[in-house]
Amino acid sequence: MLYKKNPQLNKHGELVHLLTVEGLPRETITHILDTASSFVSVSDREVKKVPLLRGKSVFNLFFENSTRTRTTFEIAATRLSADVINLDISRSSASKGETLLDTIANLSAMAADLFVVRHSESGAPYLIAQHVAPHVHVVNAGDGRHAHPTQGLLDMYTIRHYKKDFANLTVAIVGDVLHSRVARSDIHALTTLGCAEVRVVGPKTLVPDDMAQMGVRVCHNLEEGIRGCDVIIMLRLQNERMSGALLPSSQEYFKSFGLTPEKLHLARPDAIVMHPGPINRGVEIDSAVVDGRQSVILPQVTFGIAVRMAVMSIVAGTVRQAQDEREAA
Amino acid sequence: MSELVLDAEALYRELLRGVQQLRTPDTRLVGITSGGAWLAERLQRDLGLAGEAGVISSAMHRDDFAKRGLSGAGQQTQLGFDVDDAHIVLLDDVLYTGRTIRAVINELFDYGRPASVKLAVLVDRGGRELPVQADYAAARVALPPAQALALARDEAGRFSFKVEGREP
Repeated sequence: MLYKKNPQLNKHGELVHLLTVEGLPRETITHILDTASSFVSVSDREVKKVPLLRGKSVFNLFFENSTRTRTTFEIAATRLSADVINLDISRSSASKGETLLDTIANLSAMAADLFVVRHSESGAPYLIAQHVAPHVHVVNAGDGRHAHPTQGLLDMYTIRHYKKDFANLTVAIVGDVLHSRVARSDIHALTTLGCAEVRVVGPKTLVPDDMAQMGVRVCHNLEEGIRGCDVIIMLRLQNERMSGALLPSSQEYFKSFGLTPEKLHLARPDAIVMHPGPINRGVEIDSAVVDGRQSVILPQVTFGIAVRMAVMSIVAGTVRQAQDEREAA
Repeated sequence: MSELVLDAEALYRELLRGVQQLRTPDTRLVGITSGGAWLAERLQRDLGLAGEAGVISSAMHRDDFAKRGLSGAGQQTQLGFDVDDAHIVLLDDVLYTGRTIRAVINELFDYGRPASVKLAVLVDRGGRELPVQADYAAARVALPPAQALALARDEAGRFSFKVEGREP
């Protein structure tokens, strides 16, 4: 049979892996957010742990460095009572020449139940998901420029927490949208959830006009881009963009696209400011905004744990029948 | 299907009397989602107790997670009081295998160490798989495993029982 099924879902439409937000049904996203809200309160209990993943092993495979994402995945997995094994692959076998699939085969032989994968190559988590045993699940923690689904979902959780509903919202995503997997995941999630208007804001080199194909409005002027917005998502400006001749200098960038308290006044008075971190103060965002009353950057981090608990517990609880795989093959 | 007819409203009035006897002045009512939570909410009102009844969910401690996954993102545990040293009466609509009660007691202990925990239910349908008993049951019936029994609540807040064939 020649049909292309969503590799994240089993034949009942349940989530077995989380690889990207793109193509996820709205109900699935909502289910993840609802589940996350039941995990937020786990940190308020005297016992900050629930036994859903007791006896399961979660392998954090970080082929690319990340402290924050790895740590929040680790906290999420331990709050679910899983055993967590952190592998900094960038410094181990890969550098000795082992292929990705050999690495996975070896780790599977160590009885892994769930892989959390970050990789600099887009699509690496897909490749892994296609080769793991039926009881093993894969969660993408960021692949290349492609996707960072848990960040996208925690951004949606944060927006829903403060704004309740997406139907009347205007959301601006500001900065290096072109290279940002966070931006891509946010855009897919926002459009699926029925957000009224999504704007992408930045210089032409980092926000090409053809991005409008993703169903967003492209703006090359910050003032215009954030005017009347309910939510502003600032992206980190990666230093390597300066050397790549895409930008003149970080001072120049800050002058045009840095979010300052004065510019923030153009957004709605109750607008929230988000940032996936790490923040470059004085490059994409002014310190006074980071620490200001409209900033929800730290709550994002806290919600990120609950969202990752939700994703891991949902995929781990989904039975992926080997039969499904054979039918699809 | 069974001819069994359970008058949930009549049983509720029995339960009200039963809980009245079980409770002491400082007892806290905690209802198990979803049927038990409805019962606790109404009992709290009918007993003239201040504040809101607690709500407790078994979702985080279920023993069939590996088989069934996370059971719906329904109502969450909400205990508006300090569990440490509290006297608690748990409420549920139907007591069956006892597995939900086991999970709920684990959940309760995640919040503290209660002084005592009692269990009151509308219907005890037998079929226990764990050593769990109710301190008060408004009715005891024997139902074959093929039948599912669940409390329903209409818009006016009136209770009724649904007896249905369970999926094999």
